[in-house]
Amino acid sequence: MADLLQRIATGGDVSAFGQLYEAFGPRVKSYMMRQGADADTAEELAQETLLAVWRKAPLYVAEKGSATTWIYTIARNLRIDRLRREFAWQELPEGHDETASEDPAPDEILSDSERQVRVRAALATLPSDQHAVVSLSYLEGLSHSEIADRLALPLGTVKSRMRLAYQKIRETVEDLR
Amino acid sequence: MTTITHHLDPATLMSFSAGSLPEALSAVVATHLAVCPACARELHGMAAIGTALFSGLAGVRLEKPAPVMALRRSEADVAATETTAGSREVPAPLARLIGGSLDNVPWRRLGLGVWHHKLSSFDGDLRLLKVAAGRRMPEHGHGGSELTLMLRGSYSDVTGTYLPGDVADLDDTIEHAPIADPDVGCICLIASERPAQFKGLLPRLVQPLTGM
Repeated sequence: MADLLQRIATGGDVSAFGQLYEAFGPRVKSYMMRQGADADTAEELAQETLLAVWRKAPLYVAEKGSATTWIYTIARNLRIDRLRREFAWQELPEGHDETASEDPAPDEILSDSERQVRVRAALATLPSDQHAVVSLSYLEGLSHSEIADRLALPLGTVKSRMRLAYQKIRETVEDLR
Repeated sequence: MTTITHHLDPATLMSFSAGSLPEALSAVVATHLAVCPACARELHGMAAIGTALFSGLAGVRLEKPAPVMALRRSEADVAATETTAGSREVPAPLARLIGGSLDNVPWRRLGLGVWHHKLSSFDGDLRLLKVAAGRRMPEHGHGGSELTLMLRGSYSDVTGTYLPGDVADLDDTIEHAPIADPDVGCICLIASERPAQFKGLLPRLVQPLTGM
């Protein structure tokens, strides 16, 4: 997928864009629907996400993460901007990262795809109550208080389940950081 | 440069990473992240969680074909994100909101020894709070999540002393009544998920430092 992005970035490769659109459009639409958009809005947001990918492709830095992470980040920020009409406080991972020098050396980092495989495995082994809060947060876009309301739990319980889930994921992927 | 000793709760960072944290709280998180490499690294790792869940979604068929692309991009498309110059005291995300200095804030007096400046149009409540030397911080929350980021001076409570860059991300079960630095007071950025009430400000201020 990273090579498709590269071809879009350097040559404005229309067929590479078509492939990327086929590969990611349906998932972005699915994500937007999980986040509360109706099917038409979700389709528009999926299209808009991929158009942003086309426009911003030259900013993509493969060393900063996989194409999937990058496209997911664009989709997430677009959701905040459009569905919540708020400023997205998180920037795309771009070249000018001030903390880059503090990152572990490249040979210590798991490849991004390997990391995703491990994280997915870790997510699958979470107790269902912990998996539920993580999923409601990431996929349904609910705040901790909204999750507390949805599950009829105290806010503190939601937060401690999030923390426990994170500890487990980090243990499984020692170098998740 | 002081070392940051009070960090964000991983649960808060996860919510931010998910794009699900209410906006006022997100502004404080972004401001803390600008000065805290430890939390920034933690957040970087968390991106894998969102990506993994996103990757696992079953796609929903698109009704329309991919749009036909024009070959050219505009310069603006590939310009790096606009960056506001920030400083240690006013990190870039906060500088976006108030400009580069804490010395030109149009403070409004809230009570004896306490001033505030509300930053409007946010989901939730975001404001700067200035507390005179030795005064107790007003209690402002009403349940829900709250974050306090120290910008200038310090305050102390049972959980320790908060210096610039430190963030208080405390469970609402923790009873705490911070007192501003006895010499210089403090200025901090406070976000709460629900509109702040500053209830009980007056009673507490007429009996400062005498305990609860």
